Parts: sequence; structure tokens; C-alpha cells
Amino acid sequence: MSVGTGMTMAEKVLARASGRERVRPGDLVIARVDRLLMTGWRFAAFAKQAGGRVWDPERVVVVFDHVAPPPTVSAANAFAEARKLIQELGLRHVYEVGRGICHQVFLEEGFARPGELVVGADSHTGTAGALGAAACGINVETPYVLAYGETWFRVPESIKIVLEGELPPGVYSKDVVLYVAGTYGEDVALYKSLEWDGPALRKMSLESRIVLSNMGVELGAKFALQPPDEVVLEYVRARVPEGDQKSLEPVRPDPDAHYERVLEVDVSKLEPLVACPHSVGNVKPAGALEAEGVRVDQAFLGSCTNARLEDLEIAARILKGRQVHPGTRLLVTPASQRVYEEALKRGILGALAEAGAVITHSDCGACPGFHLGLLGDGEVCIASQNRNYRGRMGSPKAQIYLASAATVAASALEGRIADPRKYLA
Amino acid sequence: MDKPTETTWKYRGRAWVFGDHINTDLILPSEAMYGKVPEDEVKRYVFRAIRPEFAERVRPGDLVVAGVNFGCGSSRPAARVLKELGIACVLAESFSRIFFRNAINLGYPVLVCPGITRAVRDGDELEVEPLEGRVRDLTTGEELQAEPLPPFVRQLVEAGGLLELLRRGERLRA
Ligand code: SF4
Repeated sequence: MSVGTGMTMAEKVLARASGRERVRPGDLVIARVDRLLMTGWRFAAFAKQAGGRVWDPERVVVVFDHVAPPPTVSAANAFAEARKLIQELGLRHVYEVGRGICHQVFLEEGFARPGELVVGADSHTGTAGALGAAACGINVETPYVLAYGETWFRVPESIKIVLEGELPPGVYSKDVVLYVAGTYGEDVALYKSLEWDGPALRKMSLESRIVLSNMGVELGAKFALQPPDEVVLEYVRARVPEGDQKSLEPVRPDPDAHYERVLEVDVSKLEPLVACPHSVGNVKPAGALEAEGVRVDQAFLGSCTNARLEDLEIAARILKGRQVHPGTRLLVTPASQRVYEEALKRGILGALAEAGAVITHSDCGACPGFHLGLLGDGEVCIASQNRNYRGRMGSPKAQIYLASAATVAASALEGRIADPRKYLA
Repeated sequence: MDKPTETTWKYRGRAWVFGDHINTDLILPSEAMYGKVPEDEVKRYVFRAIRPEFAERVRPGDLVVAGVNFGCGSSRPAARVLKELGIACVLAESFSRIFFRNAINLGYPVLVCPGITRAVRDGDELEVEPLEGRVRDLTTGEELQAEPLPPFVRQLVEAGGLLELLRRGERLRA
């Protein structure tokens, strides 16, 4: 354990945002937020509670996702009402039905910026931590933030997970996060600011890193930060408007920052893993489940966790020239329209379609169990998303397994949970 | 932040005991969201997958007792629906942070109470004074001490939560 007087990333961001020189874990502060992320479907309800007030229309981002296009009349009405209010309030950063999942759009459109404090009315807002933003999900207090641009925080203790070594072929960042949940528990980072770091992290593509911050909330974390390196800064500079670039203040931890706990994970020792029903921490090797013979009715390649270009690409590599198992349906839902377009251009979607995949427009899709592929009683699904809680994707009597895009694709092919490594040699 | 006068801050009711990592998909299932069922029926889906009798049998004043990481998962307003069902207070070994925040910001007391799942049986009669963190199991006579809410959080709960401040046009003060 390191003991020091320096500050962690969360402490630095919260100190700046609350106008203090320094903060300590346990301090309660009122902090100005830099950006608020909202979803279209809940927008009107929150905006009405805020009584038509918005502290700064430039700092609010609204994405129409989760139930897009609307599968119920009530969702359609909520969207229509949101559009009307958005206009009245003069919000400009609005992304309509079909643009994709809010967290992915938030990153792609340059709203996730290192050093900023972000709150969002969705639990996976922490995804922006991959770019160095202290970001977290809220819900009930959203109208207060919309009106005043601030909220309270208890400065969290920080923990650090250092990734050493190099990922073996067929093993991905999703397997790393499942390993952590399975080994250290789903509350390993409860209430804490989690910092991912280490040489193996810096060797990962940005898309792979995003998975680690996305699933911080499944480890209980308040923030799931990563110190920004050149890869991150390049991504951000390409997306943040010229005029805003000067105000970027990337934050890195002080060398003598204090961490309550430091975990080291040698990723070279990992194998493809699967979280079994009904919890993210119930983790087994894909190979062991393959030996058991777990039949799969639905394979879902989607969600804000693993449905970016590299995920679709790896699935296409496994499925190209082959056919999805006749007893299994494979649903592919790209994380955003930009991902969709790029995958289309590169022939990835064509390969997946030829293999028998159902390709949908970009949205949360089957992940939250609202539309686009609900599970029936007793059905088994393997999904690339972040949660396998009972009832998450439809029937409470269904079984959900979580895995990397590669494991999902291999399982779709075999009609049972399968270790993907044999297709990637 | 003024204290609302109508609240007594002492509750007595039956315990409904749950295990660890009870997530918000179990508390407020997606089956009942996004307008799939009428607004006034949503409450009937609470805990349906694990305790189908809950919504029918729960009485105002009852208490939910749970293990670690209660309310993990989606940020949906699970605390609100428990409050609407009349659950006076939730006591757990630990809470997920979004659930905890949602509750506090609604002015709804939720207490971290180490050892509660070992001490309390399903159906026990409990008496809880949330602001002081005092918990008494009237069935067994055992007394437990929950972690007291930090002063700032306690004030926020007493004031009725962040939304109540917003409604009154007030703001947080450090
Ligand atoms: S894809 Fe799933 S986890 Fe991600 S925001 Fe949508 S519902 Fe939530």
C-alpha cells in the first residue's frame, strides 16, 4: 500500500470542481460538474422537475437511446415530449434515434474529456473514465444538476488495478474485467474511485480500454479512471472543437498519491472467461463451460461494453465463411451509427450477415431487455454486455452468460458456449 | 435545510430479508419499465422474480434488510419504488453507490448496518430510528447499531432530499 500526500485522479478532479486546493477521502464537497449526459426517454420527466431551468445549455448532452426507435406508445410519447422541451431549452448537443448508445456517442462526439467531472442519468456514465474523465451515474438528482450544474460528492477512497504482462491471443479486456470481478468480488471497488493502470493497459487499443471503465460500475466503482496517455489525447484532440482545446486540463495521479489498495494482475496468465448466471462475479473459464456443454439459444453482440469496431471485426474473423449454428440466433447491434457505417464499409457487416447474423440498427438493443431480442422462459443467452442479472434481458427464468465478443461469436457458431481460441490460432 | 415536521423518524415494522448483491433489475424489473405496464401497476413487479408474494403482502412501515451491495446495477429509481410501496427504511451490510445516492437525494433513509443479515430473520419485528442509526429486533431483543449518516447526509435526508430543495428553490450549502 502506498502512503503519500499527493492526490489521486479523483481527488484532483473533485478538488478543482469544488474550488479547493486539495481534498481528502471522506470530505463532502459540492462540486460544479463540467457536463451532464441525459437519455431522451427520461429527459422530459427530469426537465419538468427542474422547472424549465438549465444551468448551461452548452454542457448538456442528450442521446435518444435505450428504446430507440420506440417500441411502446409511452416511449414514443416520452421522446416527442423530450424533443419539444429540448427545443424550448435551447439545447444543441442532441443525438437522435439511431445515432447509438449514449456512452459511445458521448465519447465519439468529443464530450468525454480528460480531467473533467461528468455525471449522467445512466449507470454506465463511468465509461468516459477511459479518456480520463471522472464520470459517474446518477438518477434521482438529475433535475437538480440540470438546474444548477452542481451536486454533492463524498470524496472516495481510491484503489488501483495495475495490469502487467501482455494479453494472450483470444483473450481481451473483457476477460480482464471478468477476472477481477470473479477473483476480488463485485464490490471490490464499492464507493471507490478505481484507477486502471499498468503496461498492459497502455498496450491495449482505446476500444479495449473503454471496456474496463465501462464495467467499473459492475465492480461497484464510483469512477473508473485511466490516466490519459498520447493515444487518449490524440483521440480527444481529433474531436474537441478548436476553441475548447485550450481549456483541457488532463489529470494524472501524483506519484505519491494514496491508494487504499493496489491490485496487480498479470494478464498474460488469463484465459477466455464467462460470467455465469446470475451475477457478474460468478466467473468460469470458457473452456470449462465448453466441456460441460452449455447450449445457447441467443448470442448477443451489442451494448456499450463490447460492440465497437474491433468487437465486430473479431466476430467477423471467427464467423467469416461459416454459419451460425441452426439452433442459435446471433443478434448484432453496433454501439453507434459511426461504428455501423465503418463496419459496413469494411465488409464486416456483410460477413456477419452471410454467416446468418441478424444485424440491427444502433441502440442498447437486447441488453436492457426492453426490445430487439428479449429472452423467453428457460432460454440461454451469451452476451457481450456488462450485466447478467436475473430478468435483465426479459424473462426472469432465462439464463444470461457474459463474455468477450470473440467468445460470443465462437458460441454462436457452435450453438453452445465455446472457447474462441481455436478459431484465432 | 429545515426538518419537515410530519416525519417521526422512528419506524416499526416487519423485516423482509434478502441476500447479497440484490440488483435493481430484481427490485424494479425491466418488464415493468418503459411504459410496458400502467404507471400504477409498476409497484406490483417489485422483487417478483425472487419473492413473488412481496408486493401483495408488504405493509406500509415494513423494512427491507439485505446483504452486501444492495441496489447494484442500473441507475433506475429503485429506491423510489420501495419508498412508494411504504418500505420505511432499507438496512443493508452495504449499498451500491447509485442506489444509496438516489435514496438520500429522495430524503429516504437507508442505513449501513454491519451484521444485520446474521442478526435478523425474515418476519422479525424491527424498530428503527434511522437518524441515530438505532436498530432493535423486537422479536429477539437484540440491538444493533447502524453506521450513523454523515452530518451532511443526515441534514439532506432531514430536509427531504435534493429534489425537495429544488422544489423549494433552495440550494445545497457546504
Ligand atoms: S447498452 Fe446496456 S448497459 Fe449500456 S447504456 Fe444501454 S442498457 Fe445500459
